[in-house]
Amino acid sequence: MMAMMQRYPDLRPRNLSIASAVVVIGAVVDWRLGLVLAVWLAAWGLNIVLSGTAGAAKRFVVPAIFGITLLVLWQMSVRLFDVSSVILPAPSDIWVTIRGSGAVLWADFVQTVVKGALSGYVIGAGLAVLAAIAVDRSQFLQRGLLPVGNFIAALPIVGTAPIFVMWFGFGWQSKAAVVVAMVFFPVLVNTVAGLKDTDAMQRDLMRTYAASYWQSLFKLRLPAALPFIFNGLKVSTTLALIGAIVAEFFGSPIVGMGFRIKTSFGTLELAMVWAEIAVAAVAGSGFYGLVTLAEKQLTFWHPSQRANR
Amino acid sequence: MRNAIPVLTVVVAILGIWYLAVGPMNFRLALDAATRGGTEVTPASVAEQGETGLIRLMLDNPQVMPAAYAFERPRLPQPQHVVAEMYDSTFGLIRRCAWQGWSAESDNWTGLSDGCLRVVENRRSLIFHAWKTLAPTLLGFAIGTGLGILLAVGIVYNRAMDLSVMPWAIASQTIPILAIAPMIIVVMNAVGIQGLLPKSLISSYLSFFPVVVGMVKGLRSPGQMDLDLLHTYSASAPQQLWKLRLPSSLPYLFASLKIGVAAALVGTIVAELPTGARFGLGARLLSGSYYGQTVQIWAALLTAAICAALLVGTIGAMERRTLNRLGLAR
Repeated sequence: MMAMMQRYPDLRPRNLSIASAVVVIGAVVDWRLGLVLAVWLAAWGLNIVLSGTAGAAKRFVVPAIFGITLLVLWQMSVRLFDVSSVILPAPSDIWVTIRGSGAVLWADFVQTVVKGALSGYVIGAGLAVLAAIAVDRSQFLQRGLLPVGNFIAALPIVGTAPIFVMWFGFGWQSKAAVVVAMVFFPVLVNTVAGLKDTDAMQRDLMRTYAASYWQSLFKLRLPAALPFIFNGLKVSTTLALIGAIVAEFFGSPIVGMGFRIKTSFGTLELAMVWAEIAVAAVAGSGFYGLVTLAEKQLTFWHPSQRANR
Repeated sequence: MRNAIPVLTVVVAILGIWYLAVGPMNFRLALDAATRGGTEVTPASVAEQGETGLIRLMLDNPQVMPAAYAFERPRLPQPQHVVAEMYDSTFGLIRRCAWQGWSAESDNWTGLSDGCLRVVENRRSLIFHAWKTLAPTLLGFAIGTGLGILLAVGIVYNRAMDLSVMPWAIASQTIPILAIAPMIIVVMNAVGIQGLLPKSLISSYLSFFPVVVGMVKGLRSPGQMDLDLLHTYSASAPQQLWKLRLPSSLPYLFASLKIGVAAALVGTIVAELPTGARFGLGARLLSGSYYGQTVQIWAALLTAAICAALLVGTIGAMERRTLNRLGLAR
């Protein structure tokens, strides 16, 4: 016991007795509150012990326990306190909904993420890189474009959604257009900054090889700009999903995640709303993960990637 | 100042493209109206016009172009019309403005006549709507930033917290949580929480994570040498925090604050969209979209842009002042 306390200073008798006191007070107020607090503090204690141990496994185990604890507490609170499903459904109810309406969720996913977000993302990012290369030769344009681009990237561009829905109709095209507008400036600004990120020595080397502008662009400056471009691309993944979903609030065919969230909410099917949120969360993290994976493959030479090995 | 001329050039170019796009964007609408009005156009029937390309139509009917620019409910309004609409719904609302002087029994502390106050009180006033959006944004931003800094301090000083919370804080930034902002508002209204708080909850959530991630980086930025020096002074943990870690985290804090405040504003606007909110810039966008009032949408958008610029600009000015005084300015 003494050895354990020395290894984990947070588990001092004083802290343990405070934890027990909190549980007891909670239980006196309401036995359900006591139970919730007990589970929370027990899981936290376990995490304290685990994070004191050696080994690489804790990097996954500790956050996993934390996440699972939150889910368990959510489930317990909803069931114990009898929270109405109109206000907050339990995770188990959400899971049942996800299992039961796979076809609907898949159709919404295809409509919003694949057709709306992904196509807009590819078009927007592609246009932004091309635009950055186009202004690359003019110092003057670069100096003008960087502050303006940075400014526009901070604006609430998602507000253009009603305009694009008016221009391009209710289909996925208007959603893709919103995504293009949201993705364009972050990628543009990062690419312009990245293309400037070669030092004189490297450029001089290309010149001694008598490399043309395009050769030095494709062999030196674009690869050197990749870490910056990927920064922009990673920020844009979430923006793309947000743009596609929010644009559907302004008008959509009868399929799509934003449409489903809006209508399920109208009929108070909150489990369905949360199911869509879960799909959006998985899609968002997956999308981000894919871009990160591509970054690892393409910029393996960069110090930020080497450090991870 | 070196960048003033290039920036102006880019802005003028954007305005120029906007202005040039107005004609083509509204051309079909104007042509349609001209055909119905009995003007001579080629091709003569609406059905044939629908099958003809836009460029062909514009080349064949140059006489319709002025009508396209002056179109009543355009798909794309001219920039100066948007600015005029912004003026009409701010200072243009003032009627019979006069100084009345303060009086004890009146609760009007400004001492100006009601005609002047229309600029902030009228339901059409963009300043009124902008304030309805800015107030929850600022409150939420303050809450989110405060909690974010606290959590970051916890993460830096507590290993279990670091391992448990940090991966989720980073992962949560990849989740498009903003998309469900309107639902959160309605649920909170159903529970009985109303007023500023629901909207500011969204803004605080959105500004919270950038601050956490930035501050953790910032609080860890002092080098081992500095930490050792404080150790030799036998500094306590709070002293280390106040005298070393917090000051050296300031550049990171300001960088995250700028991201956070922009995100908070977007959050409030989106939160106002489909919830039937009656006031606020998001509500203006939505009502403009329902009634096809494009000029109103653009005016609300530009106002939102001005708000964002003011917020980010204020934080930028604070950043320069603070970092200059600390000698940390780059």
